[in-house]
Amino acid sequence: MLVLVPLSVLAFAWLEPAWDIWKHLQETLLSRLLLNTLILVLGVSTGTLLLGVSLAWLTGACDFPGRKHFSWSLLLPLAMPTYVLAFVSLGIFDYSGPVQTQMREWFGRGVWFPDMRSAGGVVLVMSLALYPYVYLLARNAFRTQGKRALEAAESLGCTPVQGFFRVVLPMARPWIAGGVTLVIMEALADFGAVSIFNYDTFTTAIYKTWFGFFSLPAAAQLSSLLVAMVFLLVALEQRLRKRMRFAQSRLAAQAERIELTGSRRWLATGYCSLVLSIAFLVPALQLLIWSLEVFHEEFDSRYLSLLGHSLLLGLIAAVLITAVALLLAYTGRRHQDRLTHGLIRTATLGYALPGTVLAVGIFIPLAWLDNFIINLARSVFGLEIPQLLQGTIMIMLLAYIVRFMAAGFKSIDSSMHRVTTNIDEASRLMGLRGIKLLARVHLPMLRGGIFTALTLAFVDVMKEMPITLMTRPFGWDTLAVKIFELTSEGEWERAALPALALLLSGLIPIILLMRETDRD
Amino acid sequence: MSNNIILELKQITQAYDQQLVVKDLSLTLQNGEIGCLLGASGCGKTTVLRTIAGFEQLLEGEIFLNGKCVSRSGYLLPPAKRKIGMVFQDYALFPHLTIFDNVAFGLKGMEKALLIRRVNEALELVGLHSEHAKYPHEISGGQQQRVALARALAPKPHLLLMDEPFSNLDVTLRERLSMEVRDILKEYGTTALFVTHNQNEAFAVADRIGVMYNGEILQWDSAHNLYHRPVSPRIAEFVGEGSLIKGVVNDNNQVETGLGLLDGVMTATTPTETVVQLLIRPEDIIHDDNSPVKAEVIRRSFRGANILYTLLLGSGDKVQALVPSHCDHQPGEKIGIHPDVRHLVIFPVGVQRRK
Repeated sequence: MLVLVPLSVLAFAWLEPAWDIWKHLQETLLSRLLLNTLILVLGVSTGTLLLGVSLAWLTGACDFPGRKHFSWSLLLPLAMPTYVLAFVSLGIFDYSGPVQTQMREWFGRGVWFPDMRSAGGVVLVMSLALYPYVYLLARNAFRTQGKRALEAAESLGCTPVQGFFRVVLPMARPWIAGGVTLVIMEALADFGAVSIFNYDTFTTAIYKTWFGFFSLPAAAQLSSLLVAMVFLLVALEQRLRKRMRFAQSRLAAQAERIELTGSRRWLATGYCSLVLSIAFLVPALQLLIWSLEVFHEEFDSRYLSLLGHSLLLGLIAAVLITAVALLLAYTGRRHQDRLTHGLIRTATLGYALPGTVLAVGIFIPLAWLDNFIINLARSVFGLEIPQLLQGTIMIMLLAYIVRFMAAGFKSIDSSMHRVTTNIDEASRLMGLRGIKLLARVHLPMLRGGIFTALTLAFVDVMKEMPITLMTRPFGWDTLAVKIFELTSEGEWERAALPALALLLSGLIPIILLMRETDRD
Repeated sequence: MSNNIILELKQITQAYDQQLVVKDLSLTLQNGEIGCLLGASGCGKTTVLRTIAGFEQLLEGEIFLNGKCVSRSGYLLPPAKRKIGMVFQDYALFPHLTIFDNVAFGLKGMEKALLIRRVNEALELVGLHSEHAKYPHEISGGQQQRVALARALAPKPHLLLMDEPFSNLDVTLRERLSMEVRDILKEYGTTALFVTHNQNEAFAVADRIGVMYNGEILQWDSAHNLYHRPVSPRIAEFVGEGSLIKGVVNDNNQVETGLGLLDGVMTATTPTETVVQLLIRPEDIIHDDNSPVKAEVIRRSFRGANILYTLLLGSGDKVQALVPSHCDHQPGEKIGIHPDVRHLVIFPVGVQRRK
């Protein structure tokens, strides 16, 4: 329901098109938007594909010095929101940044340096930030293959290189494609990084149409275009998931690793260190340095109130999301029919909706409902009541719930699967029923899942930028919003402190994830 | 192929982390022969196979394939160039390809019509032609095994290697399939070497069997000779059932034992008065109530048509006897037996002067 409303609102937005603004957009922007988005999607998917697959194969199927450490530390970039990596790398590599300044000092004024504020720069930064999605999935695939698949190919007359392209890669294809699909979704949904780079895509255009042209209908129409693209991807992703299940290889029994020898070992180590440094270590260090520099001026009551807002919002949203997820999981457990499953699937589709789109999609119907109630009160009861929903955190929270339901639901549902009906029956035989059954059997078994759901939702909400930016009530600035404001003025150093807080909170789910992957 | 030798290992030695896993191992396989390395897990048999395939470096020795050296210390012909087929223990079928494409995988640079014919031929050989469009996960374990075989045979390799080919199958299927595989290999005329820890498989499939222990081949021989002419007590105990009892060779080339005086063809010539270990197989002991030789039943194991009794002799030796199951005796009972030993398999222990 919560998902369907914004979607249908966006679809109905076409009923009364804002032709004038639309026309303006078409003349000036639309083709550029499409081209930019296309470049972004192609570039980032190529970039993450190369980075993710190469790293995944090295850590998943090979062995070299430091392999164990890299296999988890290469996930660290997930902790850094894309927009944080974006402004830090701009800060480092921009004209006034330390790298170019240093180079001018060494080679004189005329030294050429690639412009970071370009399509190439955005693509590079987003590839570095998003490759872990591909890495994580592809690594699982390579890990179960081990060297056996390659050996089988070799025994059939393939050289190792041929074997890699004819067997190793195709066998991992569903996983790799799944990772790339997630990356594309993130790239389409990204708002923070592209706006820092002044690179116009659909998300920034939606924001600008709303807050620049003040045309909500046009924003809704732009959103619907973006949604159409996203849904193509969702369909693709769900099909891939099905294939993954079928293509589960039976080779998992004992996957031996390929021992890299000679200079190749150190090349592998060097390559992994390089990627890790550029994507995480150097930016994190830079953040830390900046934070220390500005700590005296910035760490004040205003900062604390920003932090407080972020924490409070994250907490409320996390509790709400977890509660709704529990409700969904129990419904799914009780009613095992197709309709319920379909509804639950739809309810968790929100992760695919870009934040900017959701903001528009939620704001329109609620504003309409609000006005309807006000008018109703005025005409029927003759009362003047204030706006109930607009300008409250209600809208924001609703949008959060829609967007991050999947994260919460998945973790709760997976622990719910362990509470089998046999367990229920065993407890009933021992005289446990109703609330007691829930408290003594279900709750302890679900505790892990609930905790994970709370954490994931909390961190996601903390990092969220566009929804907060577009639907927050006056005065409800959060860390992410502050970063947006500071970076749009190019004040990288001052944005470091809030970014550091987000980075730290982002590490929590990565640690959870690492515990899961660290077993081998 | 002047002398028809397809595979020759010359004193190969292999080590992992300074630990020798294969020591000075030699063997030869003639064209069309099926060889088998038999041994407990961890005895190095799989390492030998992987070395022949070219996946492992040799420490010492040489491997010849069709008279050409393919491996020696510091040299390794890549696996792809050896024309060796391999059936892996877990089959290693490619899950993303159909059965047809799996089998066609190793056929390269071939006309399409010819390729289709070759694949169909291989699939028909293993009786899976009707399944060619399915994916590996859609067929049973036994069928997967046969696809793996067809895939390895399709490129017509000089040599086929099989690593524990039947270990992932259940017992009844294992027996049937091992005989089928032998028929298929013989029909194809393939020279093959496989490893297993299961004697029945080795006996059913192989022409020549090498019993491996601690990285060495103790005996490289036919199944018949392994059973009836073991070269060492270890092989005698490892292959088949049986027990070693003490005996002394007398002047008339007879052996005095707890079973009485035994006469027969001796496997080794020894001076008289030599103390030996004598191999007694269960079928060497005949149950005979009239026999003066009595033995006490200490364990019985019912096997349907027969009962395998473990018997304690007056001399303190234990022997096993395979007796038709209608003669049912309980532990503690004494039964009459007489020995019927044709080959006297003896292992000298030392010479003992009697008083």
